[in-house]
Amino acid sequence: MADRKQKAAPEEPKAAQGNGGTRFTRRGFLKGAGAGAVTAAVAPAMLVSGARTASAQEAEGVMAGTVTLDVNGQTHNVEVEARTTLADALRDRLEITGPKVVCDRGECGACTVVMDGKLVFSCMTLAMDAQGRKIETVEGLADGDNLHPLQEAFIEKDALMCGFCTPGFLMSSKELLDANNNPTPEEVREGLSGNICRCGTYPHVFEAVMSAAEKMRKGG
Amino acid sequence: MQQKMKKVKITIQEDGEPKEIEIEVPDTGEGGWGDLSKNTYINRPHVRVDAVDKVTGRAKYTADIKLPGLLYGRILRSAHPRARINRIDATAAMALPGVKAVVLPGDDPAVFSRECRFAGQEIAAVAATTPEVAEDALHAIDVDYEVLPFVVDEDAARDPAAAQVHGDRGNVGEPRVGEQGDIAAGFAAADVTLEASYRCQVQSHIALETHGNVCQWEGDKLTVWASTQGVFSVRGELAGHFGIPETNVRVITEFMGGGFGAKFGARKEGVICALLARKAGAPVKLMLTRKEEHLATGNRPSAVQHVKLGATSDGKLVAYERSNYGTPGVAGSANIPGAPYLYEVPNYRIEQTSVFTNAGPMAAQRAPGHPQAAFAMESMMDEMAEALGMDPIDIRQMNDPNEARRNMVAMGAEHIGWKTRRSAMPNAGTGRIKTGMGVGSCRWGGGGGRTQAECTINPDGSVQVKCGTQDIGTGTLTLVHMVAAEEFGLKIEDIDVRIGDTNYPYSGGSGGSTTAASVSPAIKGTTMLAKLELFKKIAPRFGVEPGELVASDGNVFVGSDPSKSMTWQQATAQLGDEPIFFHGQWLPGYSDSGVPGVHFVEVSVDTETGLVKVDRVVAVHNSGMILNPLTWASQVNGGVLMGIGYGMYENRIMDPATGYMVNANLEDYKVMGSTDIPEIEILRYDEPERGVIGIGEPATIPTPASIANAIYNACGARIREMPFTPDKVLSALAAVKEG
Repeated sequence: MADRKQKAAPEEPKAAQGNGGTRFTRRGFLKGAGAGAVTAAVAPAMLVSGARTASAQEAEGVMAGTVTLDVNGQTHNVEVEARTTLADALRDRLEITGPKVVCDRGECGACTVVMDGKLVFSCMTLAMDAQGRKIETVEGLADGDNLHPLQEAFIEKDALMCGFCTPGFLMSSKELLDANNNPTPEEVREGLSGNICRCGTYPHVFEAVMSAAEKMRKGG
Repeated sequence: MQQKMKKVKITIQEDGEPKEIEIEVPDTGEGGWGDLSKNTYINRPHVRVDAVDKVTGRAKYTADIKLPGLLYGRILRSAHPRARINRIDATAAMALPGVKAVVLPGDDPAVFSRECRFAGQEIAAVAATTPEVAEDALHAIDVDYEVLPFVVDEDAARDPAAAQVHGDRGNVGEPRVGEQGDIAAGFAAADVTLEASYRCQVQSHIALETHGNVCQWEGDKLTVWASTQGVFSVRGELAGHFGIPETNVRVITEFMGGGFGAKFGARKEGVICALLARKAGAPVKLMLTRKEEHLATGNRPSAVQHVKLGATSDGKLVAYERSNYGTPGVAGSANIPGAPYLYEVPNYRIEQTSVFTNAGPMAAQRAPGHPQAAFAMESMMDEMAEALGMDPIDIRQMNDPNEARRNMVAMGAEHIGWKTRRSAMPNAGTGRIKTGMGVGSCRWGGGGGRTQAECTINPDGSVQVKCGTQDIGTGTLTLVHMVAAEEFGLKIEDIDVRIGDTNYPYSGGSGGSTTAASVSPAIKGTTMLAKLELFKKIAPRFGVEPGELVASDGNVFVGSDPSKSMTWQQATAQLGDEPIFFHGQWLPGYSDSGVPGVHFVEVSVDTETGLVKVDRVVAVHNSGMILNPLTWASQVNGGVLMGIGYGMYENRIMDPATGYMVNANLEDYKVMGSTDIPEIEILRYDEPERGVIGIGEPATIPTPASIANAIYNACGARIREMPFTPDKVLSALAAVKEG
């Protein structure tokens, strides 16, 4: 497939964060503590088989606790394990199900949320790393009953079919237009290149984003 | 202005037997949908009625369902392409805190087998309080496999000495033969005979919402939220499996994240989910992972076609011979259409077989067999045109018996500038990037039936329509609203429509481009006859016959004298306190089957890297009378793009050494992304007199073929194997250079 740009996974851990703890990304976490598990998973039995090493299970299981998440301006306390992703915390624990889990490894963009103003794949972000950050999901896009211009444009241009990719496309589109409210068609394609739609709504999505951009420039 | 009536024959069930009866319905003219220019909704673009739910995240899909005490299910799958399970020990798994149920092969032999025939086959399953614990439990199940020889490549599997997928049965199924005329005489009469082989790969469905269910038992009653294309097919399978009446099973599909043919019936994961829920005594959600989707939920079978085509020097096809095989994995059929695709050939013989391999079973995928058949036939037509020195369009028009398709080919050719912009000589451009143009066509059946509906008109004027169809993303819910609102002269938001539930009247599965042609006539018939019942009650007040009344714009009035009028609410108030309730069904006369489709494609080929880019597609389609041109266009776009994906990028890669699929994800299995999307122009070829015809399948079929022909036109390299990746383009270019 041609040059699809993958969005960056959340930033790699910075040495020390405000709360004094080390920040983990899911990938980094697996690279370190879960090395044994990763190796086992790459072996022919990519399909689950056999018991994992005790150390890997401990590393994944023992760190259950409560984290506080700021989602769409509301704070939630939620019980998670160290390995729980932000996507699973939002969906399974908080019933904030706009972000969808489709590939569960940062390949499709359906779980995209905005964290501290940046797009992240919530399936590739640990819930504990989302503490203290401002998380925006598609549920927070509208202002009460007033839809965001992107939401209006997606409806008007029929930029959705089954709708399962739509929350991710909307969040990527929002970040795109927040950074540049007058994008070229090529910039729109580039900006949405981390999101996959299987129904094939892309042409209507492009139209919707361009239309919303125009409306937003006019102050809509 | 008395409404003309007509008699139609419908089939009803009487004492369990189908019986044909005749009923009288209003005669709404050819195609059944009346004067389209007077419509408010039908045949006009309308946004989806559920779009707000989808853009706000409020839409709850099966994957989003949460119930009190919900457990999370996972399936343990065979780690080997062929193995026998000697022993399976789940003691450690059951001991994990949070694990509430484990089901093992012995618990239900109809679902689990100790004979594993592909990597990914279901072995056991668990349900736990969190997804994380469920995953741990899978890892804690100890399986002792006896690993056996396997084969995953369809060519290797045809060798009688190959590992046997199903014991002594042999890997190659019974040949299916189709023939007509005398092919020996046909080829003898041919001035030119060409022979070539074409290969199509296995394609995954990749609905974004994975297969999955939420199951909840109350005694022997089962409620299921299912990501399915057919709620009634899920109900039937589960009732049968658990030996309970269908009335005890309710299946709900309110929002659904795509199907493409692989989501019919409860399937193993549905039965397993219900098993876990029963054993745990708690509701269970079991959504498959992306990897499981690739391995075990179906795919489009491969096709290897050896084709021989004979034509006379004037371009008339006289003989066709095809021998083809493909792999459906461990089960199913890899057959493709059993007659020469699209064109009239007086003499032909086709022999095809399915070759079993140790890979996940096939499932119907958007126009099963057709893209493969179109790829070989439409490539061969271009090759024959060149051999005869003809324009590829002229040879098609000469041999195509379908008048609408011939017109559509001409329409698309005119629009894209076939005569003016396309070089008749292949490889005519200069420089590294070469551009070219190609064409490909298709046919599809579709058609409607098998749908019932209910309509209630309440004394307060409110209207409810129920139908047990489901909206899998195609816009079915919106169509129901549109048809009902049009019939009653009300606004779309005035109609309360309920679908996606087996508590509503029966409708068949959403597949094969049949949904619109099944559902819309059923809604039309049901609402039309319910309205007639209302008119019977109020006609006496105007001193007219019921058929003289018209419902439009929120009013009911006498057609010949609109001054005799009352509002809809005044009309329904005449009902007193008894609503009108009408149970109707699909009626003939509002839909049709059988449509052509034609795609023209422009590509750029980088002759140094072999990279092909599809720049532009002109898609010419025919859906008879289009109900909603907005959602119809989305369907066409989606079909075109899925076809580009199949032609250019997608490929299930099985490692012959290990028997595993090596790209069971969305990164190494390439689907289209936003930077791959060409400009798509859609041309409508309307035949409203035929009524409603579906669009889902025809929109995808001709794309790979038209791309292959455009690549040839661009650079003179004939690619006979999909997907058209740079390696194949470079090899073909090298072969051209070597002559």
